[in-house]
Amino acid sequence: MSYTAWIILTASLVGLSCGIIGVFLILRKQAMMADAISHTVLLGIVLAYLVTKEVSGPSMLIGGILAGLLTAFLVQWLHSLDVQHDASMGIVFTTLFAIGVILIATSVGNAHLDVQHALMGEITFIPFHTISLPIIGEIPQATALLLVVFVIILFFIIAFYKEWKITAFDPALAASLGLPVLFLHYLFMSLVSITTVASFDAVGAIMVVAMLITPAASAYLWTDRLFMMLILSGVFGVVSAVLGYYVAAWIDTSISGSMAFMTGVIFIISFIFSPKHGLIAKHVRPVEEI
Amino acid sequence: MWSILSNSNTQWVLFSTMILGIAAGTIGCLAYWKRQNLMSDALSHAALPGVVIAFLLIGEKNLFILIIGAAMSALIGALFIQWITTSSRISEDTAMGMVLAVFYGLGIMLLTIANQSASGNQSGLDNFIYGQAAAMVRSDVITMLSLALFVIFIVFIGFKEWKLYLFDGNFAQGIGLSLNGMNTLYTIVLVITIVIGIQAVGVILMAALLIIPAVSARYWTHSFRNMLILSACLGGLAGAFGTLISTFGRGWPTGPFIVVVAAGFFILSLLFGKEKGLLIEYIQFKIYQKEQQALGNKLGEEGSK
Amino acid sequence: MSGPIVQVENLSASYRKNKVLYDVSFEVQPGSLTGIVGPNGAGKSTLIKTMLQLHPILTGSVTFYGLPFKQAKKRIGYVPQRGSVDWDFPTNALDVVTMGLYGQIGWFKRPTSRHKQMAYEALEKMGMADYAERQISQLSGGQQQRVFLARALVQNADLYFMDEPLVGVDAATERAIMDILRELKAKGKTVMVVHHDLQTVEDYFDHVLLLNRTVLHHGMTEDVFTKENIAETYGGNMRWMGEERHHVVHSVQ
Repeated sequence: MSYTAWIILTASLVGLSCGIIGVFLILRKQAMMADAISHTVLLGIVLAYLVTKEVSGPSMLIGGILAGLLTAFLVQWLHSLDVQHDASMGIVFTTLFAIGVILIATSVGNAHLDVQHALMGEITFIPFHTISLPIIGEIPQATALLLVVFVIILFFIIAFYKEWKITAFDPALAASLGLPVLFLHYLFMSLVSITTVASFDAVGAIMVVAMLITPAASAYLWTDRLFMMLILSGVFGVVSAVLGYYVAAWIDTSISGSMAFMTGVIFIISFIFSPKHGLIAKHVRPVEEI
Repeated sequence: MWSILSNSNTQWVLFSTMILGIAAGTIGCLAYWKRQNLMSDALSHAALPGVVIAFLLIGEKNLFILIIGAAMSALIGALFIQWITTSSRISEDTAMGMVLAVFYGLGIMLLTIANQSASGNQSGLDNFIYGQAAAMVRSDVITMLSLALFVIFIVFIGFKEWKLYLFDGNFAQGIGLSLNGMNTLYTIVLVITIVIGIQAVGVILMAALLIIPAVSARYWTHSFRNMLILSACLGGLAGAFGTLISTFGRGWPTGPFIVVVAAGFFILSLLFGKEKGLLIEYIQFKIYQKEQQALGNKLGEEGSK
Repeated sequence: MSGPIVQVENLSASYRKNKVLYDVSFEVQPGSLTGIVGPNGAGKSTLIKTMLQLHPILTGSVTFYGLPFKQAKKRIGYVPQRGSVDWDFPTNALDVVTMGLYGQIGWFKRPTSRHKQMAYEALEKMGMADYAERQISQLSGGQQQRVFLARALVQNADLYFMDEPLVGVDAATERAIMDILRELKAKGKTVMVVHHDLQTVEDYFDHVLLLNRTVLHHGMTEDVFTKENIAETYGGNMRWMGEERHHVVHSVQ
C-alpha cells in the first residue's frame, strides 16, 4: 500500500472508532468527559513509559485505560462529595494533565515522548513504524493498534447494544431493572480511553475530542434513529479524516488539525442544512404540529 | 533561590502571575455560580486560532495584539456555543466540546503554517500552548497586569450586582438590572481573564486556574464575599508559587506547576475545609451517629410535631 | 396472597446532610391503589427511589413479598418522572416500551419479534398503537407519559411504583392512565402513585399515604384523607397550608 493510503486508512479508523463511541458519549451527556480523558491519558502513557522504559502499544493501552478509569472514578467521587459535575471534571483532568506534562518536562525528557507530539499527533510518521503480522504482512504499528481497538469497540457496542441504549436513555429504569449501571459506566469509560490512546499517535489528544464529539453531534441533527446515528457518525468521522488529509496536503499544514477542522465544517453544514433539525428546516416550518 | 528572586524580571513575572491568579480566582467564582466551569476550558482552547491569526497578520509577537486576537476568537467561540445550544437539540456540553476541539484544530493548522513561514518564531508561539511565564518581557507584564487589574476592578465595583445576577438572574432583571448586559459583561471579563492567562498558563490549563481556586474556597465559607476573597487569594498564591517553582528548572513550563499548586490547595481544602471538608464531615457524622443511637426513636416523635 | 406485600421499617434517607426522610414505616396490602401525598419537598419521590434502591438507604429496611429488593425486582415495575429523561433521544415509542423488557431478555440477546409484539400490545392498551413508530421527541407530554405507562405494563409486574404520572398531561391521558390503574388493581396488582393534586385523591385512590418527611397518616382514603390530617401534613409550611385547605374544603363538599 502506498504512503498516502496508509495514512488515510489509519485516519479513517480513528474517524470510525471515535464516531461510534462518540454517539453514546453525547447521548449519555458526557461529551466533556472525552475532553477530560483525552488529556489524562497523557499521564497514563507517561507513567507506562516510566515503568516499562519503552514506548509500546500494549503498555500504552494499559496505562491509558488506567488513567481514563482513574479520571472517571475521581470525577465521580468528587461529584459524590457535592462538587459540581463539570467542576470536578475541570479539577481532575487539568491536574492529572499538569502532572503528566511536569513528568515529561522534568524526568522523561524529550527523548521518546514529547507533549507536542501527544497533543497534536504526527500522523505523517505513522507509515514508517511498521510491524509485520502473519497473513497481513507489513503494517504500520499505529494502524494495527487502531484495527485491534476498532474490533474491540465494535464487539462491545454490538454485544451490549441494548444495555448502552437503556443506560443512556433512562439510567433509573436500567437500575430498577437490575442492570449494573455503574459497571457499564466504567466499561464505557474504558472504551473511550482505549479509543483515545489508540488515536493518540495519529491525531493527538485534542483532535480526538473533535473526532469523538463532532461527527456524533452532526449525526444527531440528521436522524432520530440510534442505529442510523451510529452509521452516520462513523461515516462523518471517515469523511472528515479523508477530507482533512487532502486539505492538509493541499495547503501544507497539520493533518490532524485539518481533520479536526473538517469535523467542524461537517457540523456547520448539518447545523444549517439538515432537513430534520437544521436551521433552515426550522425556519421553513417553525412550529411542529403534534 | 534568592538569586532568582532578586532578578528584577523574575520579580515582575512573579508579581504578574500573582495578579493573574487573583483575577482568575475572582472570575472563577462567578463562573462557579453561573455553573459554567468548563466554559473557560472551551474558550481558552478557542482562543488559539485568534492568537495565530494575529501573529500572522502583524508578523511579530506583540502580547497586546495577540491578546486581542485571542479575545476575538474566544468570543466567537462563545457565540457559537450559545448559538448551537439555543437553536438546536445539541446540549451545551457537546457544543463546548465541539468548539473547543474544532477551534483548537484550526489553531493547530494555522500554527503549523505560521511555523513554516520565514518569520515564524516557533518558541514564542508555542509558549502560548503550554504557558511559559519566564518568556514574558516587561511590556507583556504591563499589558497583563493592567488587564488583570481592570477585571478585578469590574468585579469589585459591581459586587452586589454580580451577587444578585448570579444568585437570581430573574429577580435581578425584575429590579432593573439588564440580564443581557450582565451576560455580556460576564462573557467579556471571562474572556479577558482567559486570554491574559494564556501566556503564563497556556490554553490547555488556563481553565484550571479559574475552576480550582473557586471550588477550594467553597470548602471554607458560605458567604459569597468571603468565597470571592479566598478564591482570589488561593489563585494568587497558586500563580506565584507555581511560577516560582518553574524557575528552578531550565525550560520548565509554568502552567502545569501553577495547576499542581492549585490542586494542592484543593486537596487541603477538601480534607480540612471548615464547611464541607472530609475531616469535618467525618467528625460530624460520628457525633451524629452517637446522637442517633442515644436519641433512638425520640427524634421521630419530635420531628413529626 | 395475604398479609402485607411491602414492608418498610424505620426507613431514613438523606441528601448529604439534609435528612429528607426519617422513621418511615408502613405496610402495603396487596391489591391496593395508594396515593402518596404531601407538600413539595416532603420526600415523595425520594421515598420511592429509596425503596427501589435508586437512592441510598441511611437506616431501616424495605422488603417486598418478604424479600429484599434484589430478589423481588422482577415483580416490581417503576415509572420515573417524565422529566427525568431526555426525550430528544433518537428512538421511537415502540423501542422505549421494549426497554421495559430488557431485564427479562438478558445479556447478549436482542429483543425478538415476540418482545416487539408484547410492547406493541402494551402501547395499544394505552391507546398509542398509532404512534408506535413515532419518534419520541415528536410526542406530546401526555403521549410521552402513556409510553412510560406502557413500558411499565409490559414489565408485567405485580407491584408498581409511579412518580407523578399525572403531572402535565391532558385530560384524556389522565383518564386513560386512571383506567389502567384501576384495571391493574382489578387484576390484583398493587400500585403506589406519587400524586400532587389533592382534589382528585378521593376519586382516584383507595389508600392514601400522607407524607411529610415521615409518614403522618396511612390507611383507607375515607379514614385518613380528612381536613385535619391534611392540614397537619401541609402544616409545616404555612404558605402551602392556606392554599391547600382551600382545595380540601372544596373537594370535601
